[in-house]
Amino acid sequence: MITIENFILITILSPLIVCVLTPFISNSTILRDFLGPIGGVISSWGAFNIMSSALNNQNINLEIVKIAEGISIGFEVTPLGAIFGLVASFLWIFAAIYSVGYMRGNKEKNQTRFYAFYAIAVHAALCIAYAGDLLTLFIFYEVLTFSTYPLVTHKQNEMAQKAGRLYMSILVGSSVILLLPAIVWVWVATGSLEMSQNGVLDGKIDVAYAPLLLAMFVFGIGKAALMPIHKWLPAAMVAPTPVSALLHAVAVVKAGVFTMLIILTNVFGIDFLAKTGASEWLIWLASLTLLATSIIAIFKDDLKARLAYSTISQLSYITLGGALATSMATQGAALHIITHAAGKITLFFVAGALYVGAKITKISDLNGHGKSASLIFLAFFIGSLSIIGVPPMAGSWSKFFLMLGAADSGYLVVIGVFCVSTILNAFYLMEIPARAFFFKKEREVSVKIPKLILIPTLITSFLTILLFFCIEPFQNLTSMMVGKI
Amino acid sequence: MISSTIGIWNYWIVFCLMMIGLFLVIGRKNFLKKIVGLTIFQTSVFLLYITFGKIKGGTPPILNESIDSIYSNPLPHVLILTAIVVGVATTALGLSLVLKINSEYGSIEEDDISAQDLVDYHDDIETGKSVDLKFKQ
Amino acid sequence: MIDILTKNLPILVVLCPLITSLFVVLIPNIFFSWILTTLSTFITFLFSILLYQEIQIQSHISYALGKWMPPIGIEYIIDKVAIIPIIIISGISFFATIFAYKIMPEEIEKKSISKVYSLWLLAIAGLLGLVTTGDAFNLFVFLEISSLASVALVAMGAQKDKQALVAAYNYLIIGAVGATLYVIGVGLLYGITGTLNMEDLTNRISDLNNNKALIAGFGFMIIGIMVKAAVFPLHIWLPRAYAYAPSAVSVLLAATATKASLYILARILFSVFENSEDLINNTLLYVILPLSIIAMFAGTIMAIYEKDIKRLLAHSSVAQIGYITLAFAIGTKASIAAGFIHMFNHAIIKGGLFIAITSLGFFIQKRITINNLSGLGRVMPITFFCFVICSLSLAGLPLTAGFISKLYLIKATISSDAIWIAILILISSALSVVYLWKMVEVMWMREGRKIVIKENPAIYISLIIITFFNIYFGFDASLVVNGSFEAAEKLIGDLK
Repeated sequence: MITIENFILITILSPLIVCVLTPFISNSTILRDFLGPIGGVISSWGAFNIMSSALNNQNINLEIVKIAEGISIGFEVTPLGAIFGLVASFLWIFAAIYSVGYMRGNKEKNQTRFYAFYAIAVHAALCIAYAGDLLTLFIFYEVLTFSTYPLVTHKQNEMAQKAGRLYMSILVGSSVILLLPAIVWVWVATGSLEMSQNGVLDGKIDVAYAPLLLAMFVFGIGKAALMPIHKWLPAAMVAPTPVSALLHAVAVVKAGVFTMLIILTNVFGIDFLAKTGASEWLIWLASLTLLATSIIAIFKDDLKARLAYSTISQLSYITLGGALATSMATQGAALHIITHAAGKITLFFVAGALYVGAKITKISDLNGHGKSASLIFLAFFIGSLSIIGVPPMAGSWSKFFLMLGAADSGYLVVIGVFCVSTILNAFYLMEIPARAFFFKKEREVSVKIPKLILIPTLITSFLTILLFFCIEPFQNLTSMMVGKI
Repeated sequence: MISSTIGIWNYWIVFCLMMIGLFLVIGRKNFLKKIVGLTIFQTSVFLLYITFGKIKGGTPPILNESIDSIYSNPLPHVLILTAIVVGVATTALGLSLVLKINSEYGSIEEDDISAQDLVDYHDDIETGKSVDLKFKQ
Repeated sequence: MIDILTKNLPILVVLCPLITSLFVVLIPNIFFSWILTTLSTFITFLFSILLYQEIQIQSHISYALGKWMPPIGIEYIIDKVAIIPIIIISGISFFATIFAYKIMPEEIEKKSISKVYSLWLLAIAGLLGLVTTGDAFNLFVFLEISSLASVALVAMGAQKDKQALVAAYNYLIIGAVGATLYVIGVGLLYGITGTLNMEDLTNRISDLNNNKALIAGFGFMIIGIMVKAAVFPLHIWLPRAYAYAPSAVSVLLAATATKASLYILARILFSVFENSEDLINNTLLYVILPLSIIAMFAGTIMAIYEKDIKRLLAHSSVAQIGYITLAFAIGTKASIAAGFIHMFNHAIIKGGLFIAITSLGFFIQKRITINNLSGLGRVMPITFFCFVICSLSLAGLPLTAGFISKLYLIKATISSDAIWIAILILISSALSVVYLWKMVEVMWMREGRKIVIKENPAIYISLIIITFFNIYFGFDASLVVNGSFEAAEKLIGDLK
């Protein structure tokens, strides 16, 4: 019988082992390429077990290294962490298969390096998910940033170099200048780096300073891509699409909002936030980001750029849910991590598939391709519906809870914001299948999509439907998170 | 007041020498003159120490019958012997560097040398003269 | 036998390199002179480790030189504070000596190599003497031994680039003025207290509050040491000296030279003058704190605009020294400990960076500039990898040694309610990513010329070891952290 502690190790170490093994077996392409999916299966097997034990309310704690007195690297499973860990490891399976198809189809250089860093980024994301204290969280937050740099600049040309510079300067700058002192501040104020389910700051910090500390956290977590520190995400789109799909729609950005939610719930505590109103300004900032980036997305003709802005807008839903500081809204925010991940990864898969199959990157070039690649556009359509929030797609659940939470908190304007944004979502996402199916073809381009790309795309789009019906365990976890059970 | 000020005239000399030396080190552009300044500066410190040790009417610190005889403190002298050695070493090293600089640059004026250096630096950085690699197996 | 060894350890640490330096100069063969040097530095390292174990048992060793009892005779003091720079200096000098084997004959003509090794050992002996001695005047002698030897070493770079001569000259003049200022300070203190022994000085100073000669003497001493420690704005000798020295010498100096002086600075501030609180507090608040903050930014910004890589790293050293003095300036137990942690970590980081850069530039004839590093990262993967790790450590990436020092520094500043200083520290460290990343980017992104360079194990072995330390002390820092906290406690007691 494998203990839960070992399951944590299995989950977080299997990507690391994949990373270490990849360079050694780079001679055998098949072995190297399918190491990723195998690692993904093992990792998500562990993550499933962790989640089921989290559902049984088991307390899981694991200290790995003691760095010095009072600081250590340790892991602990929180309900939110169990969800995020499962999302990251499970979607890695499909993203790994997909990236094999993509890298082969595109004949990219330096594939070994790509797979190695891809795995280590997943490792960092999983470590964030199960981080037991603030320092571990910060450490792997930084590891994630640095390990994705070689992926973002994979093409090693002038443009990639520029994008990489922007990416690093925003993410490293914000985290080092603001997040680190904020964490140390909490450390000094409470005397430890631990987090707890109801927050640790109540009574430990002057209420007048709480908004300042919150601001240091919010702007320090650059990965959550709130305005005005969202610029790195569109810049990161120069990376190969598998990177954008798994990392910049799931692992990296979700690590950002996950950190944000953990900080809001387990460091500040929902009650503390609601009592002091420290997060009120965050509601307005998140709403602004949400609407503004949706509007920007409409005007983007580049498919990946449009999806990037859409991601920023969806991330703000999650931040907004946390900032509303009611249990419903927080649950909605947590669920949105899963539902948006499944939807957005599908959309990015499609974008990559179109690039590999027909070298299409612009939306205006899509006219009339629906017939030759109907399956891929169907997947896009399903993914879009989920993100817009139409039942029976998974996205409807999270939006439902978020709306309820907004109503609970009394910020009725926020409900309006959600409605407007849903309309905008529909507007900019539906244009793509609409162009593909109903517009007349302008140029004759053959669209050939490799099987290794098509299959993961269809599976993830199917997942968005499946999730609608199997939301219960996740919902149980989120209610545990807000202390309902 | 006056007598106490003039009474410590040897301190005045020490500080005059110190300032002259320091001025030469900072103000002169000639490398040799800087070393002269440095030597004067160090000498002033030697005098300072000797002055501490001296007591008016004190005898040399040699053991003799009368116990209550006043004697000068010998320790500063010993310290200064060490300091003189260090000073000589510094001067010697400085002078040999000046000689070397003169043979390499053809001048020991700071302005000339920094002008040459600047040209060199510019050449290396901008035109990449030194980019050439020497190959080795 | 062993008993005699343990009893005499404090002096043996200094004597070992000092005596071998006399013999090395006589050996004409390059290889044997290197072997002797390596052996000597290794034994010194061993002695300092023994000393470390001894310190864990008795926490304070006082050694009367020539059996002349202190305070009359010269006393060597080793305690939990002094052991930190001793370990740094002896350890780094050992690895630098290993590194020197291949790189030294490339830059210096064969017949003068044994002389260089002699100077090399002399410099190490001077630095070690500096930190072990408990006598204020003896300290001056060691200060001069180490700096004269380093000046001569820097001047050896002239065979590659004649600017080394000017750099050495400036180093000599500024260093000599600094040392002389220190002697004036010691003289004034001796004039009013009649003692040169540091512990005795501490006791006698306590009766002399607000004596003007005391304040003047303190000022002279501090300024003199600050010159040697390259505290902004007295650092002007440093970038040139590091840049034009032979590669191996750069490594040795960058990692060790200023550390010894920084330790002396801490000892003068917190131990010798511990009874004149007003004086110290004013100095810390109005002199060292502002200067350190300026140093942090000036050094970093100079480094960003610098194109000569060795100079760039030297400017970055100025900034890093700023962090250490800043930690001292805050003056709490936690912050002084943070200063010592960073002192240790910076030694291994800068040592690693200089080794990496000089071995990357091994094939470049004269000056290593940012442009001629293009593409070298792909040609020399091992060296490049170690360079990246050390850079990340300097930038303070988690799981590296640099992160630990930054973490404790930030914690110390925040717990003394100076959050703005914490933010300033972090802004400057984020800026340091700019110049580090600039180098990494050039080496990794840009197409270089198509050359094949075989990396030489003799060169990269010490680099790999130092890089390993950078990672190891990021994972298990308890040794450094505990040692530094004990040192800080010893320095300022439990009062603050």
